[in-house]
Amino acid sequence: MMPDLGKYADAVLGAYAASIVLLIAIVALSIWQARRTKAALDDVEKRRNG
Amino acid sequence: MSLWEYANPVKFMALSGRILPWAAWLSGICLVVGLIWGFFFTPDDFRQGSTVKIIYLHVPSALMAINIWMMMLVTSLVWIIRRHHVSALAAKAAAPIGVAMTLIALITGAIWGQPMWGTWWAWDPRLTSFLILFLFYLGYIALWAAIEDNDTAADLTSILCLVGSVFAVLSRYAVNFWNQGLHQGASLSLDKEKNVADVFYFPLLVCIAGFVLLFIALVLLRTRTEIRARRASALLARERMA
Repeated sequence: MMPDLGKYADAVLGAYAASIVLLIAIVALSIWQARRTKAALDDVEKRRNG
Repeated sequence: MSLWEYANPVKFMALSGRILPWAAWLSGICLVVGLIWGFFFTPDDFRQGSTVKIIYLHVPSALMAINIWMMMLVTSLVWIIRRHHVSALAAKAAAPIGVAMTLIALITGAIWGQPMWGTWWAWDPRLTSFLILFLFYLGYIALWAAIEDNDTAADLTSILCLVGSVFAVLSRYAVNFWNQGLHQGASLSLDKEKNVADVFYFPLLVCIAGFVLLFIALVLLRTRTEIRARRASALLARERMA
């Protein structure tokens, strides 16, 4: 299943690993910030309404 | 119906809430299909060997790095001209995604360049303008963080965005302006003769679609976060005054 990357295997796998890590990092950071901010706003609104 | 209606945060939140899941799922599907297709089911290039597989990450990320700055330019101009807060917040929300894309393009470019050119880095016009674009992204984020008043921050970052656009354009056209340097010409062109071969072209298009959709999903999510953060700080300020 794994293609034969020959002498460039390190370069190709390194490029994929670095890119996937960065993509996951920006997605995870965005989701984490979104959840934290929504919770903070809900908290303020609950206090204001209740 | 006018596009300017969505400058209203309530309408923006309603519309973006509907689009976001679709963009997220479609980007996931396109990225998985495109990257698996490109990595496992395309042949090696006769000159570059298996390193050609890096194209599926390098080209879409470089394309997004430049176009995200262009999107920030448009939204910054909307802020400067029409003073729509959602527009300024959308530019702010896009910048960290631009950093990630520029970093991916720089890293994959260096990794690809080492076996092909014999060096990780060269002060080539395209590479250098891309590095400057990366520094502009960092400066833009730092400027937002450094200024407490939101409107002043939006004004100053919008001006910075206008200046940085020169480097975004240079990053795209540097290989055409200066016929020197190591970096090859554009991989995609309207002239079919100049394009990469079809066997690489179609999975590359799927990957580009995945990166564009991922950006749409992330910028909507992050703009919604910025709107909520702005509302929370306004309510807290009112609480303190009461």
